[in-house]
Amino acid sequence: MVRGLDDKLFNTFVYIILGLCGLAAVLPILYVVSVSITPFGEVLRNGGFILFPREITFSAYKTLLTESNIPRAFQVTIFITVVGTAVNLVLTALMAYPLSRKNLPGRHLFLLMIVFTLLFSGGIIPTYLIVKSMGLLDSVWAMILPNAVWSFNVLIMKSFFEGLPEELFESARMDGAKEFRILLQIVTPLSVPVLLTVGLFYLVGHWNEFFQAIFYVTDRTLFPLQVVVREILMQSQQPLENAENMMPTQTMQMASVMLASLPVIVIYPFLQKHFTKGMLLGSIKG
Amino acid sequence: MQTPGLADASSLQPSRWQTTAKTLWRFRAFYLMLLPGIVYFVIFRYFPMYGVIIAFKDFAIMEGITGSPWINPWYKHFQDFYQSPYFGQLMTNTLLISLYKLVWGTLPPILLALLLNECRLRWLKSFVQTLTYMPHFLSWVIIFGILLSLFSQNGGLINRWIVESGGSSIPFLTSTDYFRSILVGSEVWQNLGWGAIIYLAAMSGIDPTLYEAAKVDGATRLRMIWHITLPGIRSIIILLFILKLGHLLDAGFDQIYILYNIQVYPVADILDTWVYRTGLQQMNFSLASAVGLFKSSIGLLLVLGANGLAKRWGEGIW
Repeated sequence: MVRGLDDKLFNTFVYIILGLCGLAAVLPILYVVSVSITPFGEVLRNGGFILFPREITFSAYKTLLTESNIPRAFQVTIFITVVGTAVNLVLTALMAYPLSRKNLPGRHLFLLMIVFTLLFSGGIIPTYLIVKSMGLLDSVWAMILPNAVWSFNVLIMKSFFEGLPEELFESARMDGAKEFRILLQIVTPLSVPVLLTVGLFYLVGHWNEFFQAIFYVTDRTLFPLQVVVREILMQSQQPLENAENMMPTQTMQMASVMLASLPVIVIYPFLQKHFTKGMLLGSIKG
Repeated sequence: MQTPGLADASSLQPSRWQTTAKTLWRFRAFYLMLLPGIVYFVIFRYFPMYGVIIAFKDFAIMEGITGSPWINPWYKHFQDFYQSPYFGQLMTNTLLISLYKLVWGTLPPILLALLLNECRLRWLKSFVQTLTYMPHFLSWVIIFGILLSLFSQNGGLINRWIVESGGSSIPFLTSTDYFRSILVGSEVWQNLGWGAIIYLAAMSGIDPTLYEAAKVDGATRLRMIWHITLPGIRSIIILLFILKLGHLLDAGFDQIYILYNIQVYPVADILDTWVYRTGLQQMNFSLASAVGLFKSSIGLLLVLGANGLAKRWGEGIW
């Protein structure tokens, strides 16, 4: 009797706290959405609390998409995301497959070479000097090549390939298949889950690209989305007097935040399980 | 005269060189696949490790990494940094912010994992998981935007409330009193759900018969959490904590660079942000490289130490 009641109380407590955690995660984002579609005057009138706006306007989005450098930034970001992810995946798979062959001479040396970069790095400045001496400064490639392979993703993919049944490779080799064909026609179709997981990590990394841009790019037409959005946000850190008639109003700022995060927020729920799987795969390695 | 003899010997028994060459030839396709990746690692990861020698040089852009003259004494840049007023401040900020994040980044995810593990409603569980994992994928620029909308002094939601109820607005994002809390808080918000994943997975590995036996003995849910669940994930908690200790000098360059401003430098400037400003903005390449090298060397020792410790612990537990 008492236990049943205790259990119910306990469950209720758990559900309430969990609900609060969920709300804490999503409310700030919903607030940003509602500010971005509410006329700025309305925001000021309502003391800011406008979770469900009474008046809706998309003018901030319209202005951003027609009169700012956001569209240009979208192009840059989409380019580095698509091309960058493709380069990442090809290079990572090409490294992971040979390294998953346990009898490859020199395997340990190559693995050590990869793992060591997780422990030690030359640092920001020497890397900058190398990128500069390669003539990559102020090009989109400066945002793709310096991070073309993530050591961690090679290790994740390698351990997945190691789990594939050995007989498949043997019989293909008996039939005279070359290794490149085995990788392309046998390994790849069997590795969709890990390719998706690793690909998603690279993809989000490129979409959120910020640091390589501020390190290596000064040409404003090559700025990716995140850099442009930050510039728009920084314009708020100014004195209060002219806050109201300042051009990037809060509405505009939040609209730019939404534009930059919307793709991630929209695709994320559908792909969540692949991300989670990658997290667990990675942590087993670590 | 000797040549025929040598040739004979090698035709009978292939020399070691030949065997090695043959093996390598047999694996040529694999090496060809590795080539682009290895080239990448050599250029973008190992050349910079060589380039770090400018920490011991007086780097001049025109002379390049190799051509610049060595500095005398070789540790001059390190000494300059150590004797500068920045040293104490940067080390304090780096370690403090890191420690705060270590503590606050460990407990909340464990609590969330416990709650998710106790949740009997499947839909609620997966719904809350989806919501709380999401912030992990938002960039710091986006989170900066969210923070502005809530905390900025002119127009932030919280300050509007404060002003409306008669108070005076508080500069949460530009005041040395609040900035570290903002850093830690936003980090917790971003990683609460994502950090819980691994503990949750560890909990699902606990033998369910333990819970059944405890139920028979009349244990309450809280007692079961205390006596079964927590001991069951203890080793993972310790392991992750130790591994995080290895990254004590990484206080979070991405986050701090995007969130900070000149007013909060005294409490927010860390080794990495200082290296970036000194090197790439003030073009003081050698000094910045020296500080970078100082940081990554100690970082290497910390990670190796932490891994050694984790392994020792691991042996003790499993």
